[in-house]
Amino acid sequence: MADAMIEADGLFKSYGETRALAGVGFSVPAGSVLGLLGPNGAGKTTAVRILTTLARPDAGQAWVAGIDVLAHPAAVRRQIGVAAQDATLDGLLTGRQNLVLVAELSAMRTSQARTRAAELLELFELTYAADRVVKGYSGGMRRRLDLAASLLTRPPVLFLDEPTTGLDPVSRQRVWEVIRDLIGSGVTVLLTTQYLDEADALADHIVVVNHGRVVADGTPFELKERSRSAHVEVTLAESGPAAAEAIAPLVGGRVSVSADGLRLAAAVDSAPGLATALVRALDRAGMLVDNIEVRQPSLDDVFFALTGAHIPGDGNGSGAQGASAGAAGAAERESEGAQA
Amino acid sequence: MTSVIAQRPRNAAGNRLVTRGMAEQARNVVSMTRRNLVHISREPMQLSDVTIQPVLFTVLFIYIFGGAIPIPGGGSYKDFILAGLLALNLTTSTMGTAVGLATDLHEGIIDRFRALPMWRPAVLVGRSFADLLTACLCAVVVAVTGLAVGWRTSAGPLPIIGGFALVLFFAYSLSWVAACVGLNSKSPESAASFGFIVLFPLAFVSNAMVPTQHMPGWLQAAADWNPVSAVTAGARHLWGNPNPSASTGAWPMQHPIEASLGWSVLILAVAAPLASWFFRRRTTE
Repeated sequence: MADAMIEADGLFKSYGETRALAGVGFSVPAGSVLGLLGPNGAGKTTAVRILTTLARPDAGQAWVAGIDVLAHPAAVRRQIGVAAQDATLDGLLTGRQNLVLVAELSAMRTSQARTRAAELLELFELTYAADRVVKGYSGGMRRRLDLAASLLTRPPVLFLDEPTTGLDPVSRQRVWEVIRDLIGSGVTVLLTTQYLDEADALADHIVVVNHGRVVADGTPFELKERSRSAHVEVTLAESGPAAAEAIAPLVGGRVSVSADGLRLAAAVDSAPGLATALVRALDRAGMLVDNIEVRQPSLDDVFFALTGAHIPGDGNGSGAQGASAGAAGAAERESEGAQA
Repeated sequence: MTSVIAQRPRNAAGNRLVTRGMAEQARNVVSMTRRNLVHISREPMQLSDVTIQPVLFTVLFIYIFGGAIPIPGGGSYKDFILAGLLALNLTTSTMGTAVGLATDLHEGIIDRFRALPMWRPAVLVGRSFADLLTACLCAVVVAVTGLAVGWRTSAGPLPIIGGFALVLFFAYSLSWVAACVGLNSKSPESAASFGFIVLFPLAFVSNAMVPTQHMPGWLQAAADWNPVSAVTAGARHLWGNPNPSASTGAWPMQHPIEASLGWSVLILAVAAPLASWFFRRRTTE
């Protein structure tokens, strides 16, 4: 691990009564991408703030590009690019003015700053909007500009804090493409995200954090192996005790039943014809099926698999999936149905 | 794992780069000043307190109060009031510094600056320079309006410039007090209230609008020692305009130029380091 470009060791950080980090540690080898995955409030942003010199930990140590972040924050700032979660741009400047300002403040000559800004505006397909005031940019445009700002000095280490949160699917794809291109160029990246698919798509290695602690780490493949590969949700026309028992043999874990008995949910190993098999089993048990959905694991599923706990106050899954998983709520988890 | 890394700082380039020359600091200040000027150009109404307000005040004071206020020792109210209007407008316009900084701190942009290898005080210095430039604009508006309504001075070019410089220097030092307020405000709105609670009384309990001779004794003492009175009297003295304060006994009124320079240096010497300390405290977590 001597070539780790980002290194965090036993980081603790509290804000008043709230403990944001409770001993987080990880290490990112040079040229690789670490996905820091976790729900809102897990401590991801706090970890990034510490590594980017914006916050000091209560305890623990951190190094970026071999430099002690606490002892030499000014030197660290010369090595990093940061795209923070709330787009940290000046709304009253144009896109170009923002980039030139950031470049000048990073010790670039004005002429050099202008050239580099134009280059990045082109790369991020923002040239058409370069001389418009950023206040009028869409969310996706702001994120792209924020990413561009983080790349002005070609820093060897990049921190991307939830680069796609709040973006529509198309903007999200474009930001992904941009990040993929970067990754090829040899920079070391720490990426935080609430989305498993994002970490899956971009990261070499994933560290899952919750309540300020690392709860799991591994490659995306390993993590998905450790959760079930898919998840099924069934909505019945009317409730019946036989339903959970009917599908139990077909699923891989416990079947959870909602309080009203109408919704069943379970982790499954996906197999050809799984949905048909489930409907047939329910039919044999005399149940009427309104809806059935088989889907890839959400962050909540991974969490459940890794920690045995659901994300509190969930709302962080991938879009509609998260919403439906969250809607089922804690009441459902309490009234467990039959199990395999 | 960490023991290998702990031989910090291995990155020699990182260490070399932290040394930052004055030239780079100056460039940072220029960049930040330009940023704040662009802000003003985007929202010209921000400038109303240094463009529209001076015109309004000039007209109001000269035509409404002017006839009713006798100047001890004689002279026209128009000639008397101009230095006072300059001091009043420049004093109250420092509120812009407080609001501007509070706005910056309220938005994510400050995090961007803090993660950059920039000279951090440039955030404050750039703001103060941009505000000084708008104060210069304000001074021009006051002078032009004054000339239009009949203000005259018999002084030569150097004393005239000196009078403006005296008031502008005071406004600059006061903007660092405003910076302290902005850095301690929860929101831009609460920073704005500073103007009404501190700056307006400061500007009005002075010799700027009326001769202090008519005030109750305790109030006259406060007014005569008010730095706004010193800069106003200083400008009147330099411009050869009526300066009734010269006949009061207070030391600052007898030595208005020394007093106003002293006040400005003192305020700057206290408020500037304090502002950078507040800035560090506000941006440390």
